[in-house]
Amino acid sequence: MSAPVGAPPRSMILDQSIKVLYHSILVLALYFEFAGHNLPGGGFVGGLMAGAAVSLRYVSGGAEAVRTTFRAPSHVILGVGLFLSSATALVPVLLGGAVLEHAEYETKLPIFGKVKVVSALSFDAGVFLVVVGLVLMAFAAFGDDRVPTETDDEATQ
Amino acid sequence: MALRRDVAQVDVDGITSARSPLASSAFMFALLVLHLVMGIAIVAAGRQLGRQAFAVAAVAPLATVIWAITQAGGVLDGEPVTESFSWVDGLGISLDLRLDAFALAMVAVVSGIGFLICLYALSYFKPHDPTTPVKSNVGRLAGTMTIFAGAMLGVVLSDHLIALFIAWELTSITSYLLIGNDDTNPRARAAALQAILITGMGGLVLLAGLTIVGQAAGTYRLSEIIENAPTTGSSTALNAGLICVLIGAFTKSAQAPFSSWLPGAMVAPTPVSAYLHSATMVKAGVYLVARMAPMFATEGNWRVVLLTVGAATMLIGGLRALRQHDLKLLLAYGTVSQLGFMMLLFGTGDDHIAQAGVVLLLAHGAFKAALFMVVGIVDHEVGTRDIRRLTGFGRGWRPTLVAGVVGAASMAGLPPLFGFISKEKALDGYIEHGDFIGSTVVLVVIVVASILTFAYSARFVLGLFGVFADSEFEASCDDAVDSHTAHAPSLQFVGPALFLSAFTLAAGCAPVIVDRLVEMATLALHPDAEPKPVHLWNGFNTAFMLSLVVIGTGTALTVFRSRVAATQSVTSKAIRLVPSSEQSFNFLLRGVGVVARRVTGLLQNGSLPIYVAVIMMVVTGVPLIAFAQEWTGFGDVIETPVHVVLVAMIIVAALGASIVRRRIAAALMLGAVGYAMAGLYVVQGAPDLALTQFAIETLSTVLFVLVLRYLPSTWTHRAPAIAAPMRIGVSVFVGVSVFVFALVASGARSDVSGPQQSEMMVENSLTKGKGSNVVNVILVDFRGWDTMGEITVLLVAAVGAVSLARGGRRRDELGPTFEEIFDFEPDGADGAVGDSESPASSLMSAAARRDEEGHA
Repeated sequence: MSAPVGAPPRSMILDQSIKVLYHSILVLALYFEFAGHNLPGGGFVGGLMAGAAVSLRYVSGGAEAVRTTFRAPSHVILGVGLFLSSATALVPVLLGGAVLEHAEYETKLPIFGKVKVVSALSFDAGVFLVVVGLVLMAFAAFGDDRVPTETDDEATQ
Repeated sequence: MALRRDVAQVDVDGITSARSPLASSAFMFALLVLHLVMGIAIVAAGRQLGRQAFAVAAVAPLATVIWAITQAGGVLDGEPVTESFSWVDGLGISLDLRLDAFALAMVAVVSGIGFLICLYALSYFKPHDPTTPVKSNVGRLAGTMTIFAGAMLGVVLSDHLIALFIAWELTSITSYLLIGNDDTNPRARAAALQAILITGMGGLVLLAGLTIVGQAAGTYRLSEIIENAPTTGSSTALNAGLICVLIGAFTKSAQAPFSSWLPGAMVAPTPVSAYLHSATMVKAGVYLVARMAPMFATEGNWRVVLLTVGAATMLIGGLRALRQHDLKLLLAYGTVSQLGFMMLLFGTGDDHIAQAGVVLLLAHGAFKAALFMVVGIVDHEVGTRDIRRLTGFGRGWRPTLVAGVVGAASMAGLPPLFGFISKEKALDGYIEHGDFIGSTVVLVVIVVASILTFAYSARFVLGLFGVFADSEFEASCDDAVDSHTAHAPSLQFVGPALFLSAFTLAAGCAPVIVDRLVEMATLALHPDAEPKPVHLWNGFNTAFMLSLVVIGTGTALTVFRSRVAATQSVTSKAIRLVPSSEQSFNFLLRGVGVVARRVTGLLQNGSLPIYVAVIMMVVTGVPLIAFAQEWTGFGDVIETPVHVVLVAMIIVAALGASIVRRRIAAALMLGAVGYAMAGLYVVQGAPDLALTQFAIETLSTVLFVLVLRYLPSTWTHRAPAIAAPMRIGVSVFVGVSVFVFALVASGARSDVSGPQQSEMMVENSLTKGKGSNVVNVILVDFRGWDTMGEITVLLVAAVGAVSLARGGRRRDELGPTFEEIFDFEPDGADGAVGDSESPASSLMSAAARRDEEGHA
């Protein structure tokens, strides 16, 4: 749980504000994901936002904090994302349509009112998950708290 | 049942057009599928079947022979059987099968001999001691051989050039597997590698050639090309294409200078050698030349190239065969010589000479397969094939010797055998119809090479009877063999060879049994030919006189064989200065390795700056060549004052990034460039792009910082890989290229006539894409496939990054090095032309080793 090597000593203000910011940014990311089809946003931007939130956690808690962000391992998130997108692309083919042909569904929900759901949403959700998974994997790969030094190399050989 | 239904399905749906009234059944296709399915099944069940696998494997060629007999009546009346299935519609490739009389002759050779080989192999793989288990890879051999037989049928039955090519390559691959079937023997692996490298290289050249020919003709169907053959005229493309086709045929049929793989392939078990490397596969090249020559022999350089190569091959093969002590190698070089002969007959484009080719094709298939079988029997029972160790055979060996002598006599061209007729016909064809440049020279070569053929045939027979027995040599060998007391082969073992010899004799005495087939096969190649009937006796004509000369001189060479051998070993020392094809092959292989190592060393020298410089220069420089021609000027670059501010920020930050000393500072500067870029997007009214750009910049700066922790915080300037002026030059070049690229690419949109892509997307966004954010609709719908590809790349990149970060490279996991794979050097690979010792002794020791294993 220690801070990364070379980072300044941990700051209480930073830690506390990140706790607030982290969830707000995640909500913003989800907003982008859902609003994307009609307003600026989309799965890719949403995923990048969520990735930025994860990087904030890294700043305050190091690699361990990133590792415990989500219960699912990063490669599973990545794989599920790609699966979701491919499935969305291919299901219309099974139903006799074209690849990536999208369907639309309108309903009324309490509070939200009239809601229009397009199947493109699940395609975008796949993109979202792939980007998040990628960021998590990058932190897992390069964000180790211990930076290997020359003496380490000799020790392993 | 499933298979039958599939075939029927294809039949109903797949026939593109009724090109022939007979195109109603799917037997040919079913036979090809039968070979493939049975082959795979036998490979799978090989361990359980053992040598009985060959009994199962015999079914496929037998079925083909029976089918061919049922079709023979119609085909010999001049009505080819055709079948057509659509295959790759998008490329216009269809599976067109066609059985005309020439294909029928090839099917007779491929499947007839294939069936006999299967029977023969049943005995060949029977161990001396019934208690020793049969080697486990024998079943695999039988299965691969069945697949090969199917591929070979595909070559001769395909009417479509591309389908023919695919079957052709399949024969190369199965040949590789068959030569290297004994995968524990490094010699077999090296020979297999050599064979597939040479024939595979030829196959690639052939593909280029066939494509050019097909494009020039406007159709890939052989039967259509022959009706309307393109002429080279002034086109060099077709001429080059034809040379490519010839090179492909030469590699396959082991013509000089590509012949080295064929003697090497003799490490394979004898049934394989008898089938692939004498009777069938090596004839694929001859077959292709036979098909093409009627249309193209007079075009371009076809005749010059073909006659030169064929004549050289025929002579060199004959000379080298005469120096062999290993009976199998003697036959192998003899095959090379005969293949050159066939090229000379089929490749001239003259119908009479081609008719001689058809006769030789049938005769050679029969006698060469029989001779190989005899050698296999001797090897199996005595344990050696070296004529210096054979001392003659006992009484039980008479049938074997009869088969051997008849086969060799046919090869030598003695009457009244089939081989005599083919040679007579060939000489007659060249005398009467050789009216092209060089035909007289070729005739002389044929006569000289025929004398050599007579001499090595005699050497084969004398070797069988123990004339070359050398007690000193025998004493120098590790194990003693005595052919006199060797166990005589069973009649079942000799049967196939005897059958072929009987055919050779029958077709020689009564050529009427093959007359119709030869006539119609010639007509299939040359539709306007007027083939003469085949006779044993044509009177005292010039050809007969030349035959007498051949027999007389050949006898003299045989009588004075010791003097001939002495002369040959003297001349071979002189010839040693010229590299042999084995040496050339090894030199080439090593050369490729050395060049590859140098190029890799130059381009991948481990310096990151050089990698980046090379990649960036290529990626930007190549498009620049195209884009610079479209350059139309700057246009309105500055639209609002905000542009000036943002661009100034970009320039300052970019310069700063290249000047600052601390790495982290440079990374932040790069981030600033990105943010200013996003600002430009905002000004231009592209919120989606701006949003994405901001997010990407933020994240990539964070990741940058993560990685930079592993590096020193400032750059050290000890001996940079690229000097500063050079780096600046590369940077400026890349920058200018991207600049031109961006301006030209964005200006190019207005050039497109008709409705604009972008307008169509905006219009359809809500109605078809069901979203009002056009950018997003493009990403998930209009260009959804692109997004699919991109996220797949992201996934691969993530996996790659993790492996890079985690993977400590370990030397021993990287697999064998180039040297370990290619530097294997068979004993005596450096032997020169005419030197029989080295390849023979290497094969001999392989035979000896196998024998030891057999007795152990």
